[in-house]
Amino acid sequence: MKNNFLTIVFAAVLAALASNNAHSKDINLLNVSYDPTRELYKEYNPVFASYWKAKTGDTVTINQSHGGGGKQARAVLEGLEADVVTLAIAYDIDQLYQKRKLIPENWQTLLPNNSSPYTSTIVFIVRKGNPLGIKDWNDIVKPDVSIVTPNPKTSGGARWNFLAAWGYALKHNNNDEAAAKEFVSKLFKNAAVLDTGARGATTSFVEREIGDVLITWENEAYMVLNEFGADKFEIVTPSLSILTEPPVAVVEDVARKHGTTEVATEYLKYLYSKEGQEIIGKNFYRPTDPEIAAKYAKQFKPLELIKIDQFGGWNEAQNKFFADEGVFDQIYGAGK
Amino acid sequence: MNTVTKPLYKDKIVAQQRALQDPDWVKWSLITIALSFISLFICIPLGLVIVQAFSKGLEAYWSALTQPDTLAAIKLTLLVAVVTVPLNTVFGVAAAWAITRFDFKGKSFLTTLIDLPFSVSPVISGLIFVLLFGAEGWFGEWLMEHDVKIIFAVPGIILATLFITFPFVARQLIPLMQEMGNQEEEAALSLGAGGWKTFWAVTIPNIKWALLYGVLLCNARAMGEFGAVSVVSGHIRGMTNTLPLHVEVSYNDYDVVGAFASASILAALAIVTLILKTALEWKQTNR
Repeated sequence: MKNNFLTIVFAAVLAALASNNAHSKDINLLNVSYDPTRELYKEYNPVFASYWKAKTGDTVTINQSHGGGGKQARAVLEGLEADVVTLAIAYDIDQLYQKRKLIPENWQTLLPNNSSPYTSTIVFIVRKGNPLGIKDWNDIVKPDVSIVTPNPKTSGGARWNFLAAWGYALKHNNNDEAAAKEFVSKLFKNAAVLDTGARGATTSFVEREIGDVLITWENEAYMVLNEFGADKFEIVTPSLSILTEPPVAVVEDVARKHGTTEVATEYLKYLYSKEGQEIIGKNFYRPTDPEIAAKYAKQFKPLELIKIDQFGGWNEAQNKFFADEGVFDQIYGAGK
Repeated sequence: MNTVTKPLYKDKIVAQQRALQDPDWVKWSLITIALSFISLFICIPLGLVIVQAFSKGLEAYWSALTQPDTLAAIKLTLLVAVVTVPLNTVFGVAAAWAITRFDFKGKSFLTTLIDLPFSVSPVISGLIFVLLFGAEGWFGEWLMEHDVKIIFAVPGIILATLFITFPFVARQLIPLMQEMGNQEEEAALSLGAGGWKTFWAVTIPNIKWALLYGVLLCNARAMGEFGAVSVVSGHIRGMTNTLPLHVEVSYNDYDVVGAFASASILAALAIVTLILKTALEWKQTNR
């Protein structure tokens, strides 16, 4: 009799525990991202959480860490346990495979569009009225112009800035590499500060009022106009820029350990859904879904966009331009 | 003879006093310079923090402070202080005791080592821990295998703060204990008190104000440290951001009220520390 009673209690407790588990798990995800995505993921995370709650009943809390993309990748390599990374350039995410095999080699093929749910480009912000009459890249290499950009060594966005300028110089100098090098070295001679990340550069330009031109992400530029009012700043879209493709990936090694592979994958996939793409468009990124992209197309000015493929992909570009002793080291050392 | 020398002697004294005293204009201009420097570099920035914090009214200030991320930052900062300050108090007393009461080889080396956290940039202090405990560091593999998180988690933040604040207590005690000498303790011992009793009944009462002062400085630094903590934190909102890091994050989010509201807490802490410090100094001199 007593034994029976114990068995029933035990079974009830087990059942309660099991049903508890099956019904409402509390899941924590860590998204390690680059600088200008703060507002995007602040808006996206609760939308995904309620989608996931409706679908599975589980409560998911997404924690965010932001910083310069290169620095963030470094932190994940050194043990920051990110379930997903959403960084500025593919090279930084690729390091997670190259250095520690945290992700599979084919990570960029696992999600549509080279794993980039949103794209953007590089534009300029100038002070209201455009007092220096800046129109294109050749205007900002002139001797008396002071520019603000983050440091290509630590910031993915800055590497896009560098490559956009390089692409422009190549086009206007019959693909002459030496001329491009001189052009970009003039550009960095004009740099007033090199912050570690895009957001630091924005605060330098906007709040500390340093420099005449800020070279930054298109989405960051529109956010500045939104946040600080169009009466203080103007966006200048150059004739040519680079199509920036910030990729995303599940850090499989970490997610497996946390038991979050499924929710982490869905978290990234949902970025491609209509709801996700709407949030992306609203935050001034370029949606990759054609329908939503068309809806938000009029908020951006048209321009010629080159792609990273022109530089032979990120690994080649990184080695040539940004590795130690690379082109950036040569010109920035000489530029000073 | 006497009648002649006396006034002469008096004149000499007055002349000597004059020579030792600066003219009034020197005194007043020095005072003006010092005061304007202090108001320019301390009072005005401190005032600005308060003004910015309340720029959108009391309600915005309060809601900024009661945000979950801010509360988490406050909690973490308090936790770090509660762990590091007592530990460094014990270490500091032990180190000061060893250095002032014993003679041993490498004593001056130890004294230099205690100063190391003062002379090394906090960023380097943080990187030391990343190199030791990071996934690619010396102990990284072992820690991963045993699922122990140090870097980018609370233990790393505590370790870095422990390192940075190590010298404060010892540095306050060493000069005082050197000056005191150990006669009183020797007397206590020769009268039959044990080592422990001597420590509590003789040493502690002698050093208590300096000790408290050291603890206070240690606490202020533990709560305010930025550089070293920034390197090991990972900057996860609501989890590994201490108050100083939270100030930076909010500022970069264009949340000016949030940034300065958090900064106002740190500023208030600094003011309380100053008041307590003044009180302690007053106690020490009026003992």
